[in-house]
Amino acid sequence: MIGRPAGRMRPGASAAPVERSRDFWGTLRRLLARLRPDRLRVVSALGLGVASVASAVAGPKIIGNATNILFEGVVGRMLAPGETKAQAVSALRAHGERQIAAMVSAMNVTPGKGVDLAALGLALGAAAGVYLASSAFQFGQTYLLAGVVQRAMYGLRREVEEKLARLPLRYFDSHPHGELLSMVTNDIDNLTTTLQQGLSQLLGSVLTILGVLGMMFWLSPILAIVSLVTIPLALVVTLLVARRSQVQFGVQWDQTGSLNSLVEETHTGHVLVQVFGRRRPTTEDFDGQNRRLYEASYRAQFLSGVIQPAMQFVANLNYVVIAVLGGYRVASGLLSLGDVQAFIQYSRQFTMPITQIAGQMNMLQSGMASAERVFDFLDEDEEPPEPAPPAKAAARRAAHDGRRGALRLEHVSFRYEADKPLIEDFSLDVAPGETVAIVGPTGAGKTTLVNLLVRFYEIDAGRILLDGVDYRDLTRDEVRAAFGMVLQDTWLFGGSIRDNIAYGRPGATAAEVAAAAAAAHVDHFVRALPHGYDTLIDGEASNISSGQKQLLTIARAFLADPSILILDEATSNVDTRTEVLVQDAMARLRRGRTSFVIAHRLSTIRDAGTIVVVDHGRIVEQGRHRELLGRHGFYWSLYNSQFAGAGAAD
Amino acid sequence: MLTRLLRDYLRPYRWQVALIVTLMAGQTVGNLYLPNLSADIINRGVIEGNLHYIVRTGAVMLGITLLVGTVAIVAVYLASKTSMGSGADIRAAVFRRVLQLSSRDMDRFGTPSLITRNTNDVQQIQLFVQMALTLMVMAPIMSVGGVILAIREGAALSPLLAVAVPVMAAFIAVVIVAVVPRFRSMQVKIDRINLVLREQITGVRVIRAFLRNGPEAERFDDANLDLTRTALYVNRVFALAIPTVMAILNLSSVAVLWFGGRLVSESSMPIGNLTAFLSYILQILMSVMLAVMMAILLPRAMASAERIEEVLDAAPSVADPPAPRRPSREEGVVELDDVGFRYPGSEMPVLEHVSFSLHPGETTAVIGGTGSGKTTLLNLIPRLFDVTEGRVLVDGVDVRERELEELWRSIGLVPQAAYLFSGTVASNLRLGNPDASEAELWHALEVAQASDFVAAMPGGLDARIDQGGTNVSGGQRQRLSIARALARRPALYLFDDCFSALDAATDARLRAALQAETRRSSMLIVAQRVSTIMHADHIVVLDEGGVAGAGTHDELVETCPPYREIVQSQLGEGAAA
Repeated sequence: MIGRPAGRMRPGASAAPVERSRDFWGTLRRLLARLRPDRLRVVSALGLGVASVASAVAGPKIIGNATNILFEGVVGRMLAPGETKAQAVSALRAHGERQIAAMVSAMNVTPGKGVDLAALGLALGAAAGVYLASSAFQFGQTYLLAGVVQRAMYGLRREVEEKLARLPLRYFDSHPHGELLSMVTNDIDNLTTTLQQGLSQLLGSVLTILGVLGMMFWLSPILAIVSLVTIPLALVVTLLVARRSQVQFGVQWDQTGSLNSLVEETHTGHVLVQVFGRRRPTTEDFDGQNRRLYEASYRAQFLSGVIQPAMQFVANLNYVVIAVLGGYRVASGLLSLGDVQAFIQYSRQFTMPITQIAGQMNMLQSGMASAERVFDFLDEDEEPPEPAPPAKAAARRAAHDGRRGALRLEHVSFRYEADKPLIEDFSLDVAPGETVAIVGPTGAGKTTLVNLLVRFYEIDAGRILLDGVDYRDLTRDEVRAAFGMVLQDTWLFGGSIRDNIAYGRPGATAAEVAAAAAAAHVDHFVRALPHGYDTLIDGEASNISSGQKQLLTIARAFLADPSILILDEATSNVDTRTEVLVQDAMARLRRGRTSFVIAHRLSTIRDAGTIVVVDHGRIVEQGRHRELLGRHGFYWSLYNSQFAGAGAAD
Repeated sequence: MLTRLLRDYLRPYRWQVALIVTLMAGQTVGNLYLPNLSADIINRGVIEGNLHYIVRTGAVMLGITLLVGTVAIVAVYLASKTSMGSGADIRAAVFRRVLQLSSRDMDRFGTPSLITRNTNDVQQIQLFVQMALTLMVMAPIMSVGGVILAIREGAALSPLLAVAVPVMAAFIAVVIVAVVPRFRSMQVKIDRINLVLREQITGVRVIRAFLRNGPEAERFDDANLDLTRTALYVNRVFALAIPTVMAILNLSSVAVLWFGGRLVSESSMPIGNLTAFLSYILQILMSVMLAVMMAILLPRAMASAERIEEVLDAAPSVADPPAPRRPSREEGVVELDDVGFRYPGSEMPVLEHVSFSLHPGETTAVIGGTGSGKTTLLNLIPRLFDVTEGRVLVDGVDVRERELEELWRSIGLVPQAAYLFSGTVASNLRLGNPDASEAELWHALEVAQASDFVAAMPGGLDARIDQGGTNVSGGQRQRLSIARALARRPALYLFDDCFSALDAATDARLRAALQAETRRSSMLIVAQRVSTIMHADHIVVLDEGGVAGAGTHDELVETCPPYREIVQSQLGEGAAA
C-alpha cells in the first residue's frame, strides 16, 4: 500500500513535534487506573524509587564527612603534638593567622595526630554501602516497573485486538485503514515507551531535585539560596534553546516527510519519470527539498548540541560561586571542607534533572496524546448485543433442522446514513440452490446487499429469514456459518497455503485440503511450489499471482462447504488461461448451493433465477433476464452497454 | 564500504573535519584542565584561607569554561553542517543514480529497497557521522588525556584505573552483547504484531464470514505474549545495567578516597590532587562507556553504507550513446527487426525472432497470455530494456544510437499499473507537456472518457490527487493515465494493457475516441482482452516469446489456432465460428 510515509519513515536522529492531548490529567488518571491490579507492585516500586534517590542523595554528604576526616588529619598533623586544640588556636591567633585559627577552632582536630584511618574507613564503608543500596533499590524499582508496564501493555494490546473483533463493519468502512493501523501500532508503541521510560525518569528527576534541594538547605541555607540563583539561568538557557530546537526538529520532521514522499513517488513512478522526460525537473525539485531538509536538520542538530556546553557553563559558574563563598565560609570556620565538596556534588546533580525534565514532560505529553487515541478507540460503539439465549436456542434448533440455504428478505430497508435512503421495502425469496445475480455499473454499491446478507450491517426495517428463522433470533456467527464468500479482494493471511485453505475449517485433513485445492484447480500449482502446501504466503502475498490468489480463495470456500455462497465474478489482472480456470472453479463451487453472484458474465445473468439491478447504491429493478429486458428500463440499457459488448461476437 | 563512502563524501568537508578534530581536542584539553583548577582552588584557596586566590582562579575557571563552551558550540555547528551536508550529498547522489537506472536495474534492487536506501540508510549514515564527529572524536582524547593527567596528579593511584576502566568496558560490552540481539528480535516481534493487526483490519470481512475471530485472537495473543516476554527481558537487563554503571562509578570514587586518603595521611599526596584525580577517573569512565556504546552504531552504519554503495556502484544498463544520432523526421515509425530478449544466464529467451512495424495512423495490437513477453516487447521501444538480439528502430534510427531524452520525447506511454503523482489533476496531465493549455487538458480528458468525473471532482482540473492516485478508483486512474499520454501529443503511443479496469462500454467509447484522435500517430496496444483489440488494423499474437500469428481479427480467427483459443475462451464458443 502506498500511503503517507509519515508512520513508516521516522527521521532517525530527530523526534516528532510534540503533540498535546485534549485532557491530559483525565487520560493519565485512566491510564494509571489500569495499573490497579498491580498496585502493590507500583507502590513497592515507588517506595524503592524514593529509597534509591534518598540513598543516592545521602552519598555526597557521607563522602563529605570522609573528606573532613582527611582534612582534619592533614591540619592536625601541621599542629604541634601535645597541645590541646584551644592552645593551638590561640597560638595561631598570636601569629596573626586569624582566619586559619577560626577554621581550626570549628574543626574536630587533635593537634599532632594524623588522619584517623579507622574513622575514614568507617565513613567510606558507609558511603560504599549507601551507594550500593541506592543501586540495588534502583534495580528493584526498574525491575518491578518493567513487569508492571509490560503486563499493562500486553493487556492494552489485547483489549484493542478484542475491540477490533467487536466493532461493527460500519466502523471499518468509515475509518481509513491507515489511520486505524497507525493507532494500533504507533500509538501503543509510543505509550509503552512513555510508561517504561518517561514516567519513572520523570519521577526520578523530581525526587532527585527535591532530595538534593533538601540536602543543600540542610548543609548551608545561604549557599543553597545563592546556587539556586543559577537555576533560573539554567532554565532560561534550556527553554530558549530547547524551544528553538523543537521548532527546527518540527521543520526537519516535515521536510523529511515531504522529501521521503518525493523519493518514494519518484522511484515508484520511475518509468514515467524517465519516459515523460521528467528527470531534470524532478531532480531540481529534489535538490530544493534536499537543501531545505539540510538547512532544517543542521540547525536542529546544532541547537540541540548547544544545550550541553551552555549547561556546563552554568554548572561551572555555580561551582565557582560555591567555591568562593564556600571557601570563605570554610576559612571562617562556618562550614567544613567536606560539606563544601558535598555541596558542589549536589549542585552538579541538580542541573542534570532540570535539563532533562523538559524532554520528559514532552514525552509524557505525546504519550498521553497516544493514550487518548487508544482510549477513544476502546470507547467506540460496539455491535448491538446478540439475542437472548432462550429464544436463540429454539430458533437455532429450527435453523439446524432445515439447513438448506433458503433465504427470504421481507420488506427490508437499509441506509448507511440516516438521510440517504438506499434500500427501501425490498423483498426477495430465494429457494435453496437458486442463483441470484447482482448487476450494476462500476461503483454502484453492489456490496451493500452482501453486507446485509452476511450481517455485516444490521437492517433498519423488515426482516431476513434464513431457512425460515429470523436473523434476529440467530447469533451473527450462526448466520455467517451458512455463508461462504469469494470476493474480488483476495485476502490471504501471512501463513502457509495449507492454513489459508483450511481457514474456514480448521482441523481439516491434508487430504481434504488437497481435494478442495484440486476442485479449485490450484492443487497442481501448489504442488509445483518448492514447499508445496507449506509454502508461506508473505505479508502482501506478493509471491503469488493474483489469479492464483483468487483460486486459493475459491479452494477456501470449497473446504468451508457453506450452504449459501457469495461470489464476485470480477477478475482483474488475471491472464486468459487462469481466467478460464477461475471461471470453471466458480461454476463448480456454485453447484448445489444457493448463490449470490456479483455478475460480470453473460451466462450468469441469463441463467440466474433472479437478477437484482443496483444503481447508485439503490436496488432499482429485480426479475429474470427476459422480463427485465422486456421492460426497456435501466437493466436493458445496462445490458446493452456492459454485456452486449462482449456478446456482440456471439 | 563505510570507510570508502565516508572518504568519498567527507572529502569536500576535509577542512571542516580537520577543524572539528582540532576544536574537539582543544575542548577536551580544556575540560581536562578544569579539575586541575578546582583542585587548586581547594589546595591553595580553601585550605589556606586565600579568598583572593579563590576568586582569581575562579575567574580563570569561568574564562576557560566560556572558551571551552564557545569552542564546543563552534565544533557542534561545524559537525552538524558536515554530517547533514555530507548526508544531503549522499542522498542526492543516490537519487541521481536511481534516475539513471534502467527498469531492469530497478527490478534487480526492487523499488521499496531503493526507496529505503535513498532515505533511511542515508539517515543512518548521517547519524553515524554526527556521532563520529562529536563523541567518537572526543571519547578517545578524553580517555587518553584523562589517564595522563590522572597519573600526573597521583601516580600511586593509577592501579585503580587499571581495575575500574576494564571493569566498566567489559560490563558495557556484556550488556550490549546481551541486549542488542534481543533488541533486534523485539523489533521483529513488533512487526509481527503489526502484521497480524493489519491483517485483522484489512481482512475483517473474511475473518467474520469464516467465524475466525477466536483463532485470530489466539494468533494475536501468541504474538503479543512473545513480544511481552522479549520486552520484559530487554527492560530487565536495562534495569540491571544502569544501577550497575552507577555502582561502578560510585565505588571507584570511594576507592579513590580510601587509597588516596592513605596517601594523603602519609603526606605523599596533597589533598587537592585527590579531588582532581576523582574528577579524572569519573571523566575517563564516562568516556569509556560512550566509546563502547558507539560500537552499537557501527554495524548498522556499515550495513547502510554497503547498501548505499551498491546503488552508487550500479552501472545503468541503458545509457546515452557517446555519439547520438537524430532521425531526420519524427513520425513514429517503429520497426522491430528480428528482436530477441533473454535475461543473462537464463535458458529460455523471453522473446525471439519478433519482427513487425508500426506506422502513423495505424493501430497495432499485441495479444498473448501471461509470460508471453508482451510487456517486455513494449518496453524495448522506449529502451526501458535493451534487446539482446536484433534491433529496434524508431524513425529509422536504432534506439540504442539515440539520445534517451530525445527518444522519449516522441513517446506517449501508458503503463500497465496506472500511477499518478501527488498534486492536482492538471499537474499530472501536464507531466509530459508542461505547457499544455487548459483546453488541451480538457480535450485529452474527453478522449480518455475522463472529463465527466474530473468535472465532478471538487476543483475540477485543480482537484487534489494523492500519491499514487489512491484517492481515485482504479478505472479513473487508468483513464487519467491515458489522458496524460494524450496531453503530450506524441508521435507514438504505447498502451500496456491499460484498459483492464474499464467496463466494456467505456472501453469501447474510449477506443473509438482514440482512433479519431491519433490519426497522425502510431499506436501499439498490448492487451489480454480480445474485445479491446479485435478492431485493430494489425494484431500480433505472441505465444511463449515468439510470434504465433499476425493479421486482422478475421484473418487470425481463420489461420491462427492460439488466437482462436483465446477468442473462444473469452467470447464463448460461437465467437470463433
